[in-house]
Amino acid sequence: MDLSTINPAILLASLMIASTPILLAAIGELVAEKSGVLNLGVEGMMITGAICGFIAAVETGSPTMGFLAAAVGGAVLSMTFGILTQFFLSNQVATGLALTLFGLGLSSLMGQSYVGLKPPPVGDINFGPLADIPFLGRVLFQHDAMVYVSILIVAAVWAFLKFTRAGLILRAVGESHGAAHALGYKVVAVRLAAIAFGGACAGLGGAYLSLVRVPQWTEGMTAGAGWIALAIVVFGSWKPWRVLIGAYLFGGVTVLQLNLQAAGVEVPVEYLSMSPYLITILVLVIMSSGRGRAALNAPASLGRTFHASS
Amino acid sequence: MKRRSLLAGGAAAATLGLVRPGFAASHAPLKVGFIYVGPINDGGWTQHHHTSALKMKEHFGDAIELVYQENVPEGADAERAMTQMALGGANIIFTTSFGFMDPTVNVAAKFPNVKFEHCTGYKTADNVGVYSARFYEGRAVTGYLAGAMTKSNKIGYIGSFPIPEVIRGINSSFIHARKANPEVEMNVVWVSTWFDPAKEADATQALLDQGVDVVLAHTDSTAPLAVLEKAGALGFGQAADMYEYAPEPRISSIIDNWAPYYIERVQAVMDEAWESQNNWWGIGDGMVGIGEITGPVPAEVKAEAEKMRDDIAAGSYHPFTGPLNKQDGSAWLAEGEVADDGTLAGMNFYVEGIDGSIPS
Amino acid sequence: MIRLEKRPQPSKAWSYATPLLAVLLTMVAGGALFAILGKDPLLAIRTIFWEPLFGEFAWYYRGQLLIKAGPLVLIAIGLSLGFRAGIWNIGAEGQYIMGAIFGAAVGLAFYPMEARWLIFPLMIIAGAFGGFVWAMIPALLKTKFNTNEILVSLLLVYVAEQFLASMALGLLRNPEGSGFPGSRNLQQYPAAANGELIAGTGLHWGGVAALIAVILAYILLNRHMLGFQIRVTGESPRAARFAGVKPNLLVVVCMGISGGLAGLAGLFEVAGPAGQISIDFNSGYGFTAIIVAFLGRLHPVGILLAGLLLALTYIGGEAAQANLGLPAAAIQAFQGMLLFFLLAVDVLTNFRVRIGKGEMA
Repeated sequence: MDLSTINPAILLASLMIASTPILLAAIGELVAEKSGVLNLGVEGMMITGAICGFIAAVETGSPTMGFLAAAVGGAVLSMTFGILTQFFLSNQVATGLALTLFGLGLSSLMGQSYVGLKPPPVGDINFGPLADIPFLGRVLFQHDAMVYVSILIVAAVWAFLKFTRAGLILRAVGESHGAAHALGYKVVAVRLAAIAFGGACAGLGGAYLSLVRVPQWTEGMTAGAGWIALAIVVFGSWKPWRVLIGAYLFGGVTVLQLNLQAAGVEVPVEYLSMSPYLITILVLVIMSSGRGRAALNAPASLGRTFHASS
Repeated sequence: MKRRSLLAGGAAAATLGLVRPGFAASHAPLKVGFIYVGPINDGGWTQHHHTSALKMKEHFGDAIELVYQENVPEGADAERAMTQMALGGANIIFTTSFGFMDPTVNVAAKFPNVKFEHCTGYKTADNVGVYSARFYEGRAVTGYLAGAMTKSNKIGYIGSFPIPEVIRGINSSFIHARKANPEVEMNVVWVSTWFDPAKEADATQALLDQGVDVVLAHTDSTAPLAVLEKAGALGFGQAADMYEYAPEPRISSIIDNWAPYYIERVQAVMDEAWESQNNWWGIGDGMVGIGEITGPVPAEVKAEAEKMRDDIAAGSYHPFTGPLNKQDGSAWLAEGEVADDGTLAGMNFYVEGIDGSIPS
Repeated sequence: MIRLEKRPQPSKAWSYATPLLAVLLTMVAGGALFAILGKDPLLAIRTIFWEPLFGEFAWYYRGQLLIKAGPLVLIAIGLSLGFRAGIWNIGAEGQYIMGAIFGAAVGLAFYPMEARWLIFPLMIIAGAFGGFVWAMIPALLKTKFNTNEILVSLLLVYVAEQFLASMALGLLRNPEGSGFPGSRNLQQYPAAANGELIAGTGLHWGGVAALIAVILAYILLNRHMLGFQIRVTGESPRAARFAGVKPNLLVVVCMGISGGLAGLAGLFEVAGPAGQISIDFNSGYGFTAIIVAFLGRLHPVGILLAGLLLALTYIGGEAAQANLGLPAAAIQAFQGMLLFFLLAVDVLTNFRVRIGKGEMA
């Protein structure tokens, strides 16, 4: 057993890559949930984004087009959920699960002729001398653009919710759709926008998997990442920066357990494979008990169906 | 309609396939069925069974009809899928996952006139044969290349689950890596999944972070190669040639090629010469292929690896030849002794020199 | 302008008509999908919905419908109780796995004893207990720490899957299996086997348990105090408090029942159709059952019908794969559509569609 062989700078750099898909999906879901919508279809939107992005990137040769297509694909699919829950007033839990089922099927149909192809490479951003700073250079300045985009999205969501009027309206809708409606805000429109944003972000997260982290297309390649994103939102108690921490923590535990094994530390593998989930549960418990405030931070109308005349 | 089908059903239930005419008696094309555990384009295990099945179909043309079912979960669903095929008139059914073992035996008992071939299992019956590939032969060659090519003297192995098949691969790779380079150390990472490209990529990265510069993988996706390419390290194609990653990082590959076997067995049914067998084919029989050796591999290493491949194929060299000790130092094979198939089939120990323990 | 107006009472007529409407709409949309994939849509629809029931091999498939529907109905009944009260157990898949592990472990511990009268009942108890224990984790965390039960129960599915793998490779591995993963086959151990009760029907104890669960749930919801409490809590948590409902107790009871039933389903599956604990033992019944619960409108009889309908799409979908070469993914998308349509047309049950300008808008 030799822990000294694990280089913390490399570990941190790896965990940022490993966490980016769930971070993107989680920050999108946060916005949807803040508007009072619980969309359990993240996995379905992610995998759809993964294939849309992959197809676009392969066909155009441009990863940028790929990510754009992924965002559009995720958003379009999320509108199925949006229309059903907002206009047809269907149950959000069931509709979200159906969305995942449908997305998994749809994506593998779309991807049938894209198996075994290589997408155009996504290069790292060149920060010049910054990349050579000891430790920090490796951790912070040797990544591809999407890692930074994901952090920028987190910052933007934070600023949007905290400082803008539109953000205030979104939160109002999520807290009490009845009151928001009475004040003249368009509850359904706000929610549809939030759902679409969630879909777009989930799509980006999926495309990060198929274009950067893995990079290839295989059926079911998200392998549960969408569900983790859902957990991260609660873990982060609906606060953007905490969601970032949560995603990095989860990615970190996953990467660390593989690194411990690679370093030859005698670890019970099955139990370590469980550890990210167990630790997430533990943190959920701590977050939701403690001062009880985190739990109260949940949008009050989360998951409840809104109908104007009710 | 309903009445007729009920009556027909009763009759069929009573005999359940007993009255199916032999192939020679009928002139319909021979119906060949495949049951797959994954999707046919998973890029690995199932895909290679399917492409082999298609090659077999190409070989026979209209003389056979190919039917298959993908994504079949193990257990009750598998039994139904097989029964469905047998009822649909399949003459021979290949079931291509270890977990289909008991379902295959159960269904075969009900359809004595249908032949079954189960991949990687060990239970046979009059109409159930088993087949598997000696992948460890191929892993000897890739292990040798890994040992020869590492500069850091550290190679990595990504394992799925600690079952004999995977452990054989680890041991065979390690023994031959040491043959090429006595200094070499091997780090094993278990990912506890057959399929999770993201996790495979993370595991590869973790190995690289430990200073490993050649990675062998026992999971099927190309994710490890993509990561290796980015890092400038080396690896191997797994299940498929994965030639799109040649000449680097992929310096060779271990290829599943079931087509010769499928052709032979289907032919046997046509000739009414099929009988239950336990086949374990290797490089020599063409079931395990070694992909072209490419990239920075020096000519003499390449020649040595190819010689090893040819010796194994000719049967003049066995990858598990003594002297070999088990991990705890106890003697396993004496000088010149080769491992028997029984021990190999149930292998549950590391050979001497590998660090770490097999999870249980 | 199209407007929705809430009905004072859900429409009886529409609640019967909407599922049929949804199935018809799915056939149209699904047919279009199959046509795009280059298959004869009528033949595909016929294969999915007709063949398993009345086709050439219906005598075999009808039994398979019960095998497939049994665990779905059993789990969904348990889930529906919680869902009605707003308690979201999404982790039935994990409870199903744990039930199978506990039950199989008890059975295997007695191997090769022959006292079926003792062993099989003990296995049933252990199976239900395994699922119950796994559901108690989110339940108690919810009541003690107010932790979100959706996420905890869901995360525990992944933990259970890892635990399953470790059991199949370790403790429960068949000692005579020459090192291969997977336990002994319980089907071949008469004292522990959950075989067919009437040969050829596909009916095993799991199917019987599902039917009993449907009946008991019906009685519970309509005649029993607990059923009343569940319904009140679902409709108005505030009112429920005034009605004397103890919310924490209700969480524990609902999660406990759903976990126990999911565990039972796992036990009946492992001792019957599946036969053994293996790495990939679970095949998504726990998740599909959530869909079944909603399709059945959380009503026991509805769930029974929904379970059979979904089983039909599975079995018919397999037939379409084998006979027509439809990809498995197309069937998955088809099932997703069926759900979307069912959820969408449900609006007609609770709302009246008004065209034109209403007095309130």
